[in-house]
Amino acid sequence: MAAIQSLLVALVVVNLAYLAVTRLKTLTRITALQGVLLAATPLAIAGPHGHGLVLSLAVLAIKGIGFPWLVARTLSRLEVNPVVEPYFGFNMSLLAGVGGLLFSLWLESRLPFPPGLFPPLLFPAALTSIFSGLTLVVARRKALTQVIGYLAAENGIFLLGVPLAAQGSVWLELSVLLDVFVAVFVMGIALHHINKTFESIDVGRFCSLRD
Amino acid sequence: MLAALPLIPLLAGLMALALPADGPRRWLLAAVGCLHLTLVGTTWVHPPAPAYGGLLELDPLGQLFLTLASLLFTAAAFYAVGYLRHEGAVHEKRDFQDGATFVNAPERVFSLCLCLFLSAMTVVCATRNLSVLWVGIEATTLSSAPLIYFHRHRRSLEATWKYLVICSVGIALALLGNILVSVAFYDPVAPAASMDLAELLPLAPGAAKPWLRAAFIFLLVGYGSKMGLAPMHNWLPDAHSQSPSLVSALLSGALLNCAFLGILRAVQILSPAGLGAFCGELLVLFGLISMVTAAVFIVGLGDYKRMLAYSSVEHMGILALGVGIGGGAAFGAMLHAVNHSLTKGALFLISGNILAVYHTRSCHDARGVSRALPITAALWTAGFLAICGSPPFGLFVSELAILRAMFAGGHGLAATIYVIALAVIFVGMATSVCRMVQGPLPPAVRHPGPERVLSVASPLALLAAALTLGLYVPQGLADVLARAAAAVSLGG
Amino acid sequence: MNAWLHILAALVLAPLVPGIVNRVKARMSGRVGKPLLQTYFDLAKLTRKGLVESHTASFMLGVGPAVSLAAICGALCLLPGPASPAPASFAGDFMLAAYCLGLSRLAIILAALDTGSSFEGMGASREAAFSALAEPVLFLALLALAADAPSLSLSGMLGQGLSGALAPERLFVPLLLFILLLTENCRIPVDDPNTHLELTMIHEVMVLDHSGPDMAMISYGAALKLWFFAAAVTLSLLPVQAMPPLAAWAAFLAGVVLVAVAVGLVESSMARLRLLRVPRLLGSAGALAALSLVLTVWR
Repeated sequence: MAAIQSLLVALVVVNLAYLAVTRLKTLTRITALQGVLLAATPLAIAGPHGHGLVLSLAVLAIKGIGFPWLVARTLSRLEVNPVVEPYFGFNMSLLAGVGGLLFSLWLESRLPFPPGLFPPLLFPAALTSIFSGLTLVVARRKALTQVIGYLAAENGIFLLGVPLAAQGSVWLELSVLLDVFVAVFVMGIALHHINKTFESIDVGRFCSLRD
Repeated sequence: MLAALPLIPLLAGLMALALPADGPRRWLLAAVGCLHLTLVGTTWVHPPAPAYGGLLELDPLGQLFLTLASLLFTAAAFYAVGYLRHEGAVHEKRDFQDGATFVNAPERVFSLCLCLFLSAMTVVCATRNLSVLWVGIEATTLSSAPLIYFHRHRRSLEATWKYLVICSVGIALALLGNILVSVAFYDPVAPAASMDLAELLPLAPGAAKPWLRAAFIFLLVGYGSKMGLAPMHNWLPDAHSQSPSLVSALLSGALLNCAFLGILRAVQILSPAGLGAFCGELLVLFGLISMVTAAVFIVGLGDYKRMLAYSSVEHMGILALGVGIGGGAAFGAMLHAVNHSLTKGALFLISGNILAVYHTRSCHDARGVSRALPITAALWTAGFLAICGSPPFGLFVSELAILRAMFAGGHGLAATIYVIALAVIFVGMATSVCRMVQGPLPPAVRHPGPERVLSVASPLALLAAALTLGLYVPQGLADVLARAAAAVSLGG
Repeated sequence: MNAWLHILAALVLAPLVPGIVNRVKARMSGRVGKPLLQTYFDLAKLTRKGLVESHTASFMLGVGPAVSLAAICGALCLLPGPASPAPASFAGDFMLAAYCLGLSRLAIILAALDTGSSFEGMGASREAAFSALAEPVLFLALLALAADAPSLSLSGMLGQGLSGALAPERLFVPLLLFILLLTENCRIPVDDPNTHLELTMIHEVMVLDHSGPDMAMISYGAALKLWFFAAAVTLSLLPVQAMPPLAAWAAFLAGVVLVAVAVGLVESSMARLRLLRVPRLLGSAGALAALSLVLTVWR
């Protein structure tokens, strides 16, 4: 029990770090860190056997290594300004993140959870991850941060699904992972084209399609 | 049988990727469409057995949408033979809007993605498992994004990026909805083995209601953003206006239905749990918002492909509204889905013909279509009348059915908004369409000569089907529609 | 008597801490460095010297250092020792300690403004701005400590160790106190104590006009403040309350020395942050403090 709690606290810190980080490279590392922590959660919840082990290895391969590698590769090929450009300040986002955490803790105390399903703090950790991810999608200028935001949100959703994963088939979990992997891959290709065509990956330049 | 359905387009896509010759590859698409459509047609006669250990299973609802997807794909594939002959060559083209040069994506990749798209839609329609459904819908996003970016210029790239990001995030929220569904059904003593409707439906009355409510909201918002329900519709006009017309036809006629199917599966779970009224209210709300949004934007819109896209937002609103009202309106909504797919697919293909000759998407510049392209102009007018719900066409019947059910159910206010929005959209579209069809040919446009069969055959066939459905609904189809409507009835 | 022993140790040993920091920095950069006792020598030299005062300055220039030193001594009196509670302790005394530190800073700032020099005004404004950002972090960290302490005084809050199972959020408080140590004592990621360019200075530029015994008081006060924070970091980590007195004292002193070494390592391995980025550092620390408070309360 202590192990899972430590993991979850670390995940919450990582979620807040998403909002405070100013370098794209650090953001990539944080994605990797979150992936590794996520890979440890099935083991911490269900113990190292069978289903959980397969899932954990797959998550480590895809979320802990695959995604960060894809993002880092895209980043190094793009040769863009390595700074995260926010629409509003880092401290504001961080404040919003802490607000989101407070809200999700409050929500956790209010919701009628099925007894014994979620370890304490798992729900807030997942929710803040989704929140951080969505903040990265809407409040940062670079298209790459949108991809990372999508990943962070997806990681949060995945975390929420971990305690339930023991029920379903592992193949379905894996195909979900694969789907998201392909999504990030396709987004990476689109990013290359954006960088080539617009000479920037600033989504603020997307203004030609209006009504 | 069912096992082969998604595999056929998959293999064909790989073949298309490997085929060096352009001509056979184009006809391969048409052949895949025909084969797929034939196989889907046989399911109407012999209901297929579940495949892959129950992961794929066809029920009336899925059968209906699968047939639509297959039909639209076949129509688009035949259209593509002519279209790719024209557009397939990889050389620099001049962008008619901002003058920059661009190339088209390699035709092989385009064909591959088209086939993958069909494969993914087949999986979406032919499953009753929520997880498989999710995987399929995400796959449709990924396989269709390269299709939107066929013309490699700035605007299509912008549209593709919006599509990718908005739909991916939306679908991620739908995954959260899926997880909440399994929280609602969580039982530590006898855990449910899968997210299959066959397993979930018997347990639904005992599921935790607050979680089901939350799950429905996330599924509605998630799949709704893919379906183009306002206010999550932002990507839709961009993607539909920037993609090649045959892709727009597939997106509007087949893909939006697939996303709608995701919402319908959620309705199927919530109704037996006693939350039908809750679903209904939300669906009516989003439906009306979509219709009003489309009505507001469609008036005075200068871009005819965007106009069609907003019309799709409107019709998706009508579908949500119909299912949300329930009763006779659900049957109307199912019929409406069929009619809308046929008509809107035809309209987008026709708009491609106009675009190919006029090189503009502006209603003000593309004038005198009846002089340049007489058959296209006739189809464009007929399609416009059909999409606005004018009498001889099928949409009239389905829209009237929904309206009748609304009055019967005492939804006076919703009915008023519905009628007003329909009227505004009719007027808004009529202005643009009439201006385009009439008038003198602009001096810059050369007379294109006689129209090619391949470019008008598909839309003609689709519109003819829509017209037929307005006059007469075959008994077999009516049965399936009724069973599909019963599956998504809100009463339980 | 036992309670005062710790205060006595602080008063005597505090100038050793900057000596250790300087020695570590020197060794890290391959130099021999100043003697460990250099601060003592400096203090002795400064007290023997005369006082030079600006003509434009008022009495505040002279009062500032004295008030500052007195306020820091006041804060020290609220800090528990390794083997005994503080000489003065009552519920909520951590507020008084925080405000004593604030008062000492205010006195220095006022004295700096009093000189009328633009450099000192600039330094004062930066010091005020950063300490305004550091103060909420300090309070959040102390509240997080207080949340699961037996009593609401510093003596009850410190010296508990990391209670129970290794709860990760308990590790944040020492970390936060360490960041505050660096900020409040003008250490490297925030301010460079050895810089030679007035424009980039924060703390050092404020005390340029002080000399002789006044300067000695300021240096001594700075050493005491460093001791205060080093002791706080050590006491928030070590469960000294449960140890026998002698072992507690040994562990405590070793802890303070280790903190000083850590400061030296940080100083020699990091570059100073741009002024604009300091608020971001403190903002992150604030978020961490809020997180640790929230998690502690919520558990």
